[in-house]
Amino acid sequence: MISFSHVSKRYPGGHQALKDVGFTIGAGELVFITGHSGAGKTTLLRLLAAIERPTSGSVIVNGQNISALRPRAVPFLRRKFGLVFQDHKLLFDRNVFDNVALPLQIAGYGAKDAARRVRAALDKVGLLAYEKALPVTLSGGEQQRLCIARAIVHRPAIMLADEPTGNLDAEYAAEIGELFRSFNQVGVTVVIATHDQTLLARLAPRVVTLKHGELAA
Amino acid sequence: MTAWLAQHGRSFTATLAKLARTPLGAALNFLVIGIALSLPVGLYVVIDNLQASSNQLAAEPQVSAFMALDASRAEVAQIETRLKQNPRVRRFRFVPRDEALQELRRSSGLADVVDSLPQNPLPDAFIVNAKDGAPQALEALRDEIIQWPRVAHVQLDAAWARRLDAALRLGRLVAAVLGALLALALVAVTFNTIRLQVLTQREEIEVIKLIGATDAFIRRPFLYFGALQGGAGGVVAWLIVSGGVWLINHNLGELSHVYASLFQLKHLTLGASLGLLIFPAALGWFGAWLSVGRHLALIELGFDK
Repeated sequence: MISFSHVSKRYPGGHQALKDVGFTIGAGELVFITGHSGAGKTTLLRLLAAIERPTSGSVIVNGQNISALRPRAVPFLRRKFGLVFQDHKLLFDRNVFDNVALPLQIAGYGAKDAARRVRAALDKVGLLAYEKALPVTLSGGEQQRLCIARAIVHRPAIMLADEPTGNLDAEYAAEIGELFRSFNQVGVTVVIATHDQTLLARLAPRVVTLKHGELAA
Repeated sequence: MTAWLAQHGRSFTATLAKLARTPLGAALNFLVIGIALSLPVGLYVVIDNLQASSNQLAAEPQVSAFMALDASRAEVAQIETRLKQNPRVRRFRFVPRDEALQELRRSSGLADVVDSLPQNPLPDAFIVNAKDGAPQALEALRDEIIQWPRVAHVQLDAAWARRLDAALRLGRLVAAVLGALLALALVAVTFNTIRLQVLTQREEIEVIKLIGATDAFIRRPFLYFGALQGGAGGVVAWLIVSGGVWLINHNLGELSHVYASLFQLKHLTLGASLGLLIFPAALGWFGAWLSVGRHLALIELGFDK
């Protein structure tokens, strides 16, 4: 489903973020990308979401070579992913419902169908009662669950998460971990970049470890 | 197709909602654009009206030839024969000095003054219609007649109308230049408004871009905003010009009453009114398009914390 082969990324200025990285993630796998900060975890996610292109090598998702994708095709690639961010990236000028509805609006769902899906997603993360609330009134853990609801509302086959528990205390982190496990159990491929050892111990995933931009043995 | 329409509808209502959130700011923007647009449009309306009346006046160009005051009957008759034989003259009318005086008495209401004159101050005159109404032909005719004996003065009646026409042409040019400059200003104003909007909404843009919005989707509400703002400015300009025309006609009404003439400013035609709506909207759209294209590229995408 996802495959990196001989991927290198060098930023202008000479910083080598990734060096000859190669691995494959099958459909339905739960994979953690770990490593010290600055090891290249975030760069790897940026390459996957086609925010950046590798300097060399190829990144393939669902048989599509992302490193050679036309710019016009990039938005449609991103719709295949559910993205979860450490800083949530919620829109604070609209309520919980409208935040979750955003991916559906972008993809052009009808209002009725969208409302049904939004409520299903909110129910899944336990925020159905907060439909009309504004994101600022939610706690950090709730905001992260809202971000997850937005990531799954269009039923993506792949979830990409960057330090999803980074700003959360242990109890909230455990809830988030369980959510990812439940998505993985229904067949979603989940890729999480994290150095949260508790989460790692709890989910017992396959681990890809990066060290100074290279795969660690 | 319905999804596409629904998306457009949503963008449009979202744009209206955005305007409604800052009603004062939006209204001020409309006003500024409207006032700016009303200047060249108002000028155009005035020029167009003057042009119409000057065309009316210049349609039948005449040459008036005045005899010397002491010209004799025989000398006047001689000029009459010359005019009859001249190939450039279509027809002419002789106005004897006595008749001219009676005319003056009747039409001006200055009977007392006229009666008190010791002698008739008016000369015999010929009103000549030329075959060729072109300015050069008229001037040639004037130059010919002025050399005839006992002809004191020859006047081109259409001369002032032609001067007015030339002045109006200049006015038209001024209106066009002003219009072009203000069109440029409208694009610039929209460019800047949209730039500020893109910057204040950069988080929203970043998020929707990350979750798969196409550039067209992101651009759409800004383009609507630009077009709407331009169009609203056009409507304001139309209202200002209409108000001006109404005000002038209202006052002209009293004036024409006194002078027993009916001069009324014609309003903008339907076509021109539509143009005043569509053209600024298109300019606003263009300004927004330039601005969004330029500023979207500057927004960095996430996973960068």
